[in-house]
Amino acid sequence: MKILIDKLIINYPYFISVVLFMIGALTVLTRSNLFKKLLGINIMESAIFLLFVAGGNIRGGASPIIGKATTESVYINPLPSALMLTGIVVSVSVTAFALALIVRLYKSYNTTDARRIATMRDEVTER
Amino acid sequence: MKIKNILILLVVLLATYGILMAVAELPPYGMPDNPVHNQVSERYINEALEDTGVLNMVTAIVLDYRAYDTMFETIVLFTATLAVVITLKSWKKEGER
Amino acid sequence: MKDFILKRIAAIILPFVCIYGFYVILHGHVSPGGSFAGGIILGLSFIAYSTIYGTEKGRAKLPERVLTWTESYGTLWYVMMGMVGIVRGVPFLANKLAGVDLGVPGALSSGGLISLIGLGVGIRVASTIVTLFFTMMEEES
Repeated sequence: MKILIDKLIINYPYFISVVLFMIGALTVLTRSNLFKKLLGINIMESAIFLLFVAGGNIRGGASPIIGKATTESVYINPLPSALMLTGIVVSVSVTAFALALIVRLYKSYNTTDARRIATMRDEVTER
Repeated sequence: MKIKNILILLVVLLATYGILMAVAELPPYGMPDNPVHNQVSERYINEALEDTGVLNMVTAIVLDYRAYDTMFETIVLFTATLAVVITLKSWKKEGER
Repeated sequence: MKDFILKRIAAIILPFVCIYGFYVILHGHVSPGGSFAGGIILGLSFIAYSTIYGTEKGRAKLPERVLTWTESYGTLWYVMMGMVGIVRGVPFLANKLAGVDLGVPGALSSGGLISLIGLGVGIRVASTIVTLFFTMMEEES
């Protein structure tokens, strides 16, 4: 158990990313308001981006712009940062469309509670 | 606190413990001899200046070596805007009638 | 009172935010930033203007005709830049193989087609953000 904690303190960005993912997953599963579920999905996506971009870092490295590295330092890996740009754009698109759908649901059912909307559509029985 | 919420918390904590045990076995953070830094990133770093002529390596990767992916990503943004406008404009027309 | 302070401060700061957005887009190949971040900063200046001064004035500055035109032709601009390679007989979206002059590294007009593509993508991302905001703000009428 102590070896596990020591190894986790060396890899602290990965540990923070997994904790953020857990917080996002809990928010999606327990809250019944639609806006809070959407925020939970956003938190999970941010945790994944942190995991990938932190994997390409080198301690004491220079930014990946030619002219910033002296003779002692190396360039960090530019590939994970470039590939996560596409992921960020996909996350923005999904959030925008989900918000538009929530606005339409509110105008149709006059509530933003996921449990009550499912009751109105006769998908669950009354409690 | 309802019973269902506590059960959900227990299941998620168990899954997080499993993932943490896997994350602890990853190569140490920030060492220059990780398996992530292989010959793919070496080629991009060494030959970006003479292949493209720009100083920013991330821009050279996103807009020259992998420009096809960026084109599809702009198409994804266009499709998302189209979907949002279709979803919300038809309601406004319905409300006016 | 709060309205008055916001309007005075926004009139001073928002033009500089707009110019900063253009700076980040145009210098995408010599300093950190690039097309996506600069496009969002540019779009955010218009959203801030529209929030503080009201939706009527914001919509008068960027009517729907201009937004539709910018959004559609931004996507077409990217494909046209790719056709430069096909016209000369090399694969689609080629930069150095198509014989484009690369210039001096570090100058503003280097890189061939990269800076032109970046400008198109930046303006397009700004137009997308502003279109999404105006479509969702229309519901309050």
